[in-house]
Amino acid sequence: ENTEGEYSGIEHEVVDGVVQSIKLITRKASLRVAEFAFMYARANGRKNVTAAHKANIMRRADGLFLTCCDEVAAQYPDIKYNKVYLDTVCLQLVQDPTQYDVLVMPNLYGDIVSDLCAGLVGGLGLTPSGNIGADNVAIFEAVHGTAPDIAGQDKANPTALLLSGVMLLRHLNLTPYANNIERAIFRTIKEGKVLTRDLRGSAKCSEYTNEIIRNLT
Amino acid sequence: RKQLGRYFVYMASLLRRRGSPVWQLKTWRTSAVSAHKHPRSPTVIPRASYADVSQESTSRSVYGGRHIVTLIPGDGIGPELAASVKEVFSYANVPVDFEEILVSGLISKGNKKTLERAVNSLQRNGVGIKGVIRTQLDDVDSLSLNMLLRTELDLFANVVRCRSIPGIKTRHDSVDIVIIRENTEGEYSRLEHEIVPGVVESLKIVTRARSNMIAKFAFDYATTHHRKRVTAIHKANIMKMSDGLFLRQCEQVATLYPDIEFKSMIIDNCCMQLISNPRQFDVMVMPNLYGNILSNIGAGLVGGPGLCPGKNVGVECIVFEQGARHAAISKAFQNKANPTAMLLTSVDLLRHIGLTHHAQSIEAAIYKTISLSKVRTEDLGGTASTSQFVQAVIKHMEGVGA
Repeated sequence: ENTEGEYSGIEHEVVDGVVQSIKLITRKASLRVAEFAFMYARANGRKNVTAAHKANIMRRADGLFLTCCDEVAAQYPDIKYNKVYLDTVCLQLVQDPTQYDVLVMPNLYGDIVSDLCAGLVGGLGLTPSGNIGADNVAIFEAVHGTAPDIAGQDKANPTALLLSGVMLLRHLNLTPYANNIERAIFRTIKEGKVLTRDLRGSAKCSEYTNEIIRNLT
Repeated sequence: RKQLGRYFVYMASLLRRRGSPVWQLKTWRTSAVSAHKHPRSPTVIPRASYADVSQESTSRSVYGGRHIVTLIPGDGIGPELAASVKEVFSYANVPVDFEEILVSGLISKGNKKTLERAVNSLQRNGVGIKGVIRTQLDDVDSLSLNMLLRTELDLFANVVRCRSIPGIKTRHDSVDIVIIRENTEGEYSRLEHEIVPGVVESLKIVTRARSNMIAKFAFDYATTHHRKRVTAIHKANIMKMSDGLFLRQCEQVATLYPDIEFKSMIIDNCCMQLISNPRQFDVMVMPNLYGNILSNIGAGLVGGPGLCPGKNVGVECIVFEQGARHAAISKAFQNKANPTAMLLTSVDLLRHIGLTHHAQSIEAAIYKTISLSKVRTEDLGGTASTSQFVQAVIKHMEGVGA
């Protein structure tokens, strides 16, 4: 969930030395993100949706989030749905990430778990993402930072942004193009001949890109 | 309105307990609680003798050389793990008698009374060992019994040791990370209300006093255990005031320990770094929720929740508990649970109350069982049952009560 939760930015110092930070959970936003999760699962042939939560501690807040997920899950009987505590999710992701498929959760947990999963697959240099809004407005971006130390030197790894572009094409229903580009990227990485420095190769950004172009069908 | 009322009462109690500048900690020890004023900070930082860090035992009930230790088996696999500890202690003739209190989250009545008994017992004995008590989710107002225990006894620090065990193959070897987590406030303050239907607020409370206390504990721990680096984990780029306060307190305390390297890292980056390069971490200190996440990731790194010991530290009382707190209700009573974490936790308990010889013997037996005999429970890919593992540990214990 991308708009509320712990990132509401509502904080104040109650008395000297005591700060409170407000985590906001609304039914509207929780329903929206749950809907999106199940729609995404159905559209992309995914079988399971797991809600990660801490409702044992945040009874009302995460409880509301879970209630919304339950309601939406009932409308998608073809998708398997389960609820798992956040700490169990993190533990199992480290031990065996293949048991998870689609995960839905509030803002902070999503931030942490998405970086955890990025670490599992090779880092932020390879992880795409998309921000989806109402009326299908969407912004796709790589989750890594601006890396000012290697900017302008043809050293960066473009995979994350390229895969984000693939997500964009899928979002626009241009799936054949998306598949073509994705296959080319995976083939280049698998062959391992032309890789950027962060993937332990020695190629420049432009050389790596040319190799991907070469691998397009 | 009831919620708001409770909120203000809570805030007032915070002021009383934590807001006052000169903090006199009640301690049963006769050693002086001296306070010193750091030149840069306006508040007085009390130099308290934290129960664990000063390495003085908190055990108060010692009669004829035998210690009385509170035991709360908990739910799920808790009872079988508690039984494993009792069996090993009995074989080794450890001079510890357990005062068992059955607090359970699976029964709906009488919990509060049993919890009170547990709290009284722990206050009396000073040392305890517990399993995880199940939290029922049906009643919105019922509170987590584990959390209640921690706040009643003021167990402000949770320490989890994630250490690679020789013989267990994991992706990274030689991991040795200590996770020190603030245990009583933060996101676990249990202050929530529904403002209007469909909009819920949950309050995360961060206080300067508690942040200072946990930071001091972490650096004291690092000093006592000869650790080189303390890393503070936070999300102060987003939660500028709350995590910002926590981070600033860590930075302030760090200046008092020039021999220990201090670093800070944002929680999401930390998760990624932890699974790709865990050797860069030594001692880590953080608020409550991040500690929950990182202790589970750390446990996953070394082989699972069945391998990491932990403890909840207060000023007057310590309660030992497994590092990764899972009741594992679905695995209960099948004789399949891995007792290693609980046994290592009990070894820490023995060290704390001064029974070092027994502690070393049991610890050596556990390590030998895992690395030499290669006895593995199901979670580690083996076929041994809980009781088979315990028998193997007992076989390896040399000369103690044999």
